[in-house]
Amino acid sequence: MPRFILRNIVKFALLMIAVSMATFVLVSISPIDPVQANVGQAALINMSEAKRAQLAEYWGVNTPLWERYVNWITAAFQGDLGTSLRYNAPVADVIATRALNSLALMATAWVVSGVLGFALGILAGANRGRLVDRIVKGYCFLLASVPTFWLGLVFLIVFSVWLGWFPFGFSVPIGVAAADVTLADALHHLALPALTLSVVGVANIALHTREKTIDVLESDYVRFACARGLSTWGALRHHGLRNLALPALTLQFASISEIFGGSVLVEQVFSYPGLGQAAVTAGLGGDVALLAGIAVLSAAFVFGGNLIANMLYGVVDPRIRRGEGEARTHA
Amino acid sequence: MPSLDAVKRSVREHASGALPPRVPSLLDDCANVLHRPRKARVGNRKLTLAAMVFAVAALAAVVVAGVLATDAATATDFAQKNLAPSPAHPFGTDWMGRDMLLRTLAGLSTSVLVGLLAATVSSVIALVMGAVAALGGKKADAVVTWLIDLMMGIPHIVLLILISFALGKGFWGVAIGVAVTHWPSLTRVLRAEILQCKQSAFVAVARKLGQSPARIATRHMLPYVLPQFLVGLILLFPHAILHEAAVTFLGFGLPPEQPAIGVILSESMGYLSAGMWWLAVFPGLALIATVLLFDLAGSSLRKLVDPHSAQE
Repeated sequence: MPRFILRNIVKFALLMIAVSMATFVLVSISPIDPVQANVGQAALINMSEAKRAQLAEYWGVNTPLWERYVNWITAAFQGDLGTSLRYNAPVADVIATRALNSLALMATAWVVSGVLGFALGILAGANRGRLVDRIVKGYCFLLASVPTFWLGLVFLIVFSVWLGWFPFGFSVPIGVAAADVTLADALHHLALPALTLSVVGVANIALHTREKTIDVLESDYVRFACARGLSTWGALRHHGLRNLALPALTLQFASISEIFGGSVLVEQVFSYPGLGQAAVTAGLGGDVALLAGIAVLSAAFVFGGNLIANMLYGVVDPRIRRGEGEARTHA
Repeated sequence: MPSLDAVKRSVREHASGALPPRVPSLLDDCANVLHRPRKARVGNRKLTLAAMVFAVAALAAVVVAGVLATDAATATDFAQKNLAPSPAHPFGTDWMGRDMLLRTLAGLSTSVLVGLLAATVSSVIALVMGAVAALGGKKADAVVTWLIDLMMGIPHIVLLILISFALGKGFWGVAIGVAVTHWPSLTRVLRAEILQCKQSAFVAVARKLGQSPARIATRHMLPYVLPQFLVGLILLFPHAILHEAAVTFLGFGLPPEQPAIGVILSESMGYLSAGMWWLAVFPGLALIATVLLFDLAGSSLRKLVDPHSAQE
C-alpha cells in the first residue's frame, strides 16, 4: 500500500510538471501578440511608444520563456499561482470563485447522468431486443453523435425562447444585487446547463450497463436464482445490482475528463461564469497564468477521477488486485 | 462418412429444389427446417457492404457539393435576409441574406476535409506509437504509456484550446490541433493488438522457421493489425469532426469568414433570442447526419473485416 501511494504521488507530480510546462511552451510559441489581442488593433496604433513598452512589460513579452516558467513554478510551489492579467486578480481567487459555479454544474450533471444512465442501461439490458431496448440503444447511439454545444443551443431555443421556462443564461438574475440572489435563483439558472450536460453524459454509462446487465442475466447465479422462483427483477435486485453498480461507478469516475470538456462548451453556450468560460477567455486573450492554472487544475481533477476509478477496479475485481500493474495499462 | 463438402452440397441442392419431387410425408415437416425460407433474403454482409458504400458515397457527395457551394455560400442578398425556411431556402437565410443550406454544405465539406486530415495523421501516429510500444522493449513501452496518460490527463477541449492558440488559431491551428490529439485511444488498441500478435503461435512458428523480422512484420503482423487500423481510422472521423466544430465554436478555430459549422453555430447565438431558430437547428442536424454517416461506414467496415462479428 505505501508503494502504491508513493507511486501515485510521483506520477501526479510528474503529470503536473508536464502539463504546466506544456501549457507554457504552447502559449509562448503562439504568434498572437498578447498586447494587441487585449488592447485591440485601433488602440494599439494610437498608443504612445512608452505606453506600448509598459504594456509589453505587463504581459511579459520580453521575458524569456524559461525564466517565466521558473518564476511561475517556484511561486506555484509556495501556493501562489500568479496573477491573471485578464481579470487583474490572483489566479487562485479567479479559479476559486468560478470553480464553485463549475463544480455545482459538473457535480449535478455527473450524478444525474450517472443515475439516469445506470437506470436506462438496466432497463434496456433486462428487456433485451424489445422496444424499450431499441429506444434506449438508439437514443445512446444518436447522442454520441450530437455536439454538446448544439444540444445546449436547442435547449435554449425550446425552453428559454419558446416556452420561457428557464432564463437565457448566466448563473444569477440580471440586475439583482449579489446579496439578494437566492438559492432558488441560482438553481433556476443552473438547471438548463446541467440538463444539457447530463443528457449527453448518459450514453456511455447506459450502453456499458446494458452490456453488463445482459452478461449478468446470462450468468449461472441468475439462472439459479430464477430456478428458485425469483422474478427477473428480483434476481437483478438481489444478485445483479452489486455486480452492476461498481463497474458503472468506476466508469463514471473515469469520465470526469469528458464532463469537464463538456462543461467548457456548455458554459460558453449559456454564458455561465465557470472555469470553462474562464479558460476560453484566458485562451483568447493569451493569459498564460490563468490558462496554466486551469489546465493544471483540470488535469489534477482528471487524475483524481482516474485514481478513484483504478482503486475501485481493484475493489470490484480481485483478479485485477493481483495483477495490478498489468491491469492499469489496459484499464 | 460423407465429407463435409458433400453434406453441404446435398443441403444446398435440396434447398434450391434441385432434387426430384417426393411423396409428402411426416418427415417433410422436419426437413422444412433445412429448407431455404420462401422469401429470398439479402445476405447481411451484402447489406452491410451496401450501407458502407452508401455512407462513403453520401460523404463524397457532401464534400463535392460543399466545395462547389463555397462561393455561393458567401453571396449576400440583403433583400432576402432573416427568412424562415421555405422551398426557395430550405434552411432559411441569415441576417446578411446568405442561404443557410449553402453555408451548411460548405461548412460540412470543410469539416470532412479537416476530419480526413486529422484521422489520417492521428492513425499514422497511433500505428507508429503502438508498434514502438509493443515491439520496442520495456522502456519504449513505458514512455508511450506515459505519453498516452499525459494526453488523456488533460481534458481534450483544453488541450485543443492550447494547441490552437499556440499555432495562432485559424485553419491550421484547429486542423493540426485535431490531428495530433486523437491518437491515444487507437494507440492503446493497436498496442494490445500487436502484443497479442507477437505472442501468437503463428508468429513463433515463423520465427522458428527462420523468417526475417521484416518478413514477419509484413506477412504476418500487417494483415493481422490492418483491419483494426482501418476501422480505427474511420471511427476517428466523428470525434475529429465534433472537436473541430467545438473548438471553432469557442472561437479558437476557423476564422468567421470561413464557412464552418462551428462559426455558423456560434454566430447564431446572437440571434436565438430573436426567435431565429433555423440558424442553429438545421446546421446542427446536418452535422449530426454527417457524423452518423461516418459511424455507419466505420461500423459496417468493422462488421465486414472483423472475424468476431463477421456472422452478425
